[in-house]
Amino acid sequence: MTSKTFKGFAILASLILTFGLAQAEPKKVGFIYVGPVGDFGWSYEHDQGRLAVEEAFGDQVETSYVESVPEGADAERVLTQMALAGNELIFTTSFGYMDPTINVAAKFPDVKFEHATGYKRADNVSTYSARFYEGRAVIGHIAGKMTKTNQIGYIASFPIPEVIRGINSAYIHAKKANPDVEFKIVWVFTWFDPAKEADAAQTLIEQGVDVIMQHTDSTAPMTIAEEKGIFAFGQASDMMEFGPTARLSSIIDNWAPYYVARTQALVDGAWESVDTWDGISTGMVEIGEFSDRIPENVRADAQAMSDAISNGSYHPFTGPINRQDGSAWLGDGEIADDGTLLGMNFYVEGISGSIPN
Amino acid sequence: MDFAAINPLIFFSTMVAASIPVLLAALGELVVEKSGVLNLGVEGMMIIGAVCGFIAIYNSGSPFFGVLASIVAGGLLALVFGILTQVLHSNQVATGLALTLFGLGLSALIGQPFAGIKPPTFPKPDFGFLGDMPVLGQLFFKYDYLVYAAFLLVIVVSYVLNRTRAGLILRSIGENHDAAHALGYNVVRVRLAAIVFGGGCAGLGGGYLAMIRVPQWTEGMTAGVGWIALALVVFASWRPYRVILGAFLFGGVTLLQLNLQAVGIKINPAYLSMAPYIITIVALVVISGSSNRLSNLAPGSLGRLFHKTM
Repeated sequence: MTSKTFKGFAILASLILTFGLAQAEPKKVGFIYVGPVGDFGWSYEHDQGRLAVEEAFGDQVETSYVESVPEGADAERVLTQMALAGNELIFTTSFGYMDPTINVAAKFPDVKFEHATGYKRADNVSTYSARFYEGRAVIGHIAGKMTKTNQIGYIASFPIPEVIRGINSAYIHAKKANPDVEFKIVWVFTWFDPAKEADAAQTLIEQGVDVIMQHTDSTAPMTIAEEKGIFAFGQASDMMEFGPTARLSSIIDNWAPYYVARTQALVDGAWESVDTWDGISTGMVEIGEFSDRIPENVRADAQAMSDAISNGSYHPFTGPINRQDGSAWLGDGEIADDGTLLGMNFYVEGISGSIPN
Repeated sequence: MDFAAINPLIFFSTMVAASIPVLLAALGELVVEKSGVLNLGVEGMMIIGAVCGFIAIYNSGSPFFGVLASIVAGGLLALVFGILTQVLHSNQVATGLALTLFGLGLSALIGQPFAGIKPPTFPKPDFGFLGDMPVLGQLFFKYDYLVYAAFLLVIVVSYVLNRTRAGLILRSIGENHDAAHALGYNVVRVRLAAIVFGGGCAGLGGGYLAMIRVPQWTEGMTAGVGWIALALVVFASWRPYRVILGAFLFGGVTLLQLNLQAVGIKINPAYLSMAPYIITIVALVVISGSSNRLSNLAPGSLGRLFHKTM
C-alpha cells in the first residue's frame, strides 16, 4: 500500500467516523446538586427531574450529575469540568451556585446554564425558581389550625429572601387561621446537616412547639417529629416514610416538566435565556396529600386556598400587611409585586425576633 | 422571651445525649495519646463507625450488631493506622490525616445505597419508678443504653489508667518509650492495643450519631466532630473526667445557641458557634501559661517515632 492510498483511506475513515459519531452523539445535559441525591429533599427532587429528562429523551440526551458540591469555589471547579466534559446544558440547582454559574458561563459562551432560585442572568444563563411561598401559605394555614400549644417551630437555613418569604407567607396564613399563633424561628445556617437539623427540631420541641416547618433539606426534623409525636410537613419532597403519623402534608418541588421543556428547547436549538417563576398553577409547586389527622373542614379550606392560588384569584401576599416594625407595606387589597418578593428582607408584623445578618 | 423559657432540666438531658459522640471519640483518643501516639484520623474512624453501624442495625434490626459493627469498623481502620505507624514507621501526623480522608471517602462509597433510610429505633432502658421521679428522673434516667455505657467507660478508663499495672505500663510507654522498652515492655504491642481501643471508641461515637442522635446515614455526617475530639483531649489535659466537662461544653454551646434563638434572645449565632473553639484556645493558653505545665501534662513521647534498637 502506497502512502498516498493510505492517506486517502485515513481521510475517508475519519470522515465516516466523524459523520457517524455526529449522527449518534447525544446531547449532554449536566446537573450539579448541593446535597446527596439520597437526601430525600431538595437534591432528590432535582434528580427526579433529571431522571424525567432521561425518560423523555431516551438516547437523544445523555445526563450526568455531581452531588454534594459545596457552594463557592468548589462549585466553580466542578462547573468548569462539566463544561469541558461537553455538557451543552447545565442545571445548577442551589442559590449559592449563582456567582460560580455566572463566572463559568462567561468562560463558556456556547454552553447553556440554568440556575435555580437566583437572580443573575446572562445570554447563556437562565434562572428558574418556584413560588414555594404559595405552598407555605397552604401549610401555614394547616399548621395554625393543628397546633394545640399555639407554638409553631420553623427551622430556617440562611437569611436569604427565598427563606424569609417562606416564613412570612407561612406566618400570615397561620395567624389568619389561629390569631394566638406564635412562631419560633431557629436559623441553622446550613442547607443540609442532619445532626444540626435534628438538634434544632429537638430544641424547638423542648420549647413547647407542636408543629414544625423546615426550610432545610434533610429528613431529620421529620424523623424527630415522628419520634416525639408532634406534627411536621414534608419539605421539597413528600417525606411520608420518615413520619407516617407526624407528616400533615408537604410541599413538593416538581422540576420535571421544566427540565424536560428546557432540554427540548436545547434539542430544537430554540434555547433562550429566560426567567421562570412558577407556582402551584403549573405544578412546579405541589401540595402533598393531606393527612387523615387533619379535620375534614381544615382539609377543605386548605384545598380551597390551594385552588384559589392556582387559578389566580388569591395571592398569598394580599394587603393589608404591615412590616414587623408596624409600618405599612401593603394597603387593603394590594398585592405584592414580584420585585419586592424577590428581594424580601423583612419580617411581617407579628413575628418576633430579628433576621440575622 | 427570656432565659426562663429554657428548661434547665431538659436542656441538661439533651446536652448529655448530644455530647456522647465527641465524648467517646475523645476518650479513645486520650488513651491513644497516653500511649504516646497521635492519631489525627479520629474523624475518619468516626464516620466509618457511623456508616458500618448504620448498615448493620438496618440490615439486622439489632442494636447490638449495630454497636458491634461500629466498634469493629473503627477498630479495624485504626489497626491500619497502627500497622502503618508502629510496624512500618510511617509519619503519624501524615498517616492520621490520610486516615481521615480515606474514612470520609470510603464511608461515602459504602453508604451510598443507605442514604435517607430510617433505621430501627434504638431501645432505651426502663427504670420504672426511677424514671418518673420529678427532677432526678429527667436528669439521670431518660437516656439510651449507650449514654450509660459511655459514662461507665470514662470511669473504667480513668481507673485502668491511674490505678492498675496495665495503665502504668501504658503511661510509661507514652512518657518514655525507650526506657519502657529497656525495661522489657513491648512498646509496639501496647501501642497497637491502645490504637485499636481508640478506633473502637471513635467508631462507636460515630455509630451513636447515625443510629441514635439523628438517626439516619448521610455522607459527611460527623461534620468535624472528630477534630473537636482531638481539641478536647488537649482541653482535658489528658484526664478522663475532664473529657466529660469538655464534651458538655462543646455539646452545650451548640444547643444553647439553638435554644437562645428559639426563645428569641438576640445573639448572633456566629458568636456562639465559635465559642467552644475560643474556649479551647483560652484553656490552652491558661494551661501552658502556668509555668510549663502543658509540657508536663502531655505524654513525653507523644507523636515520636519508636524504633527498636535491638
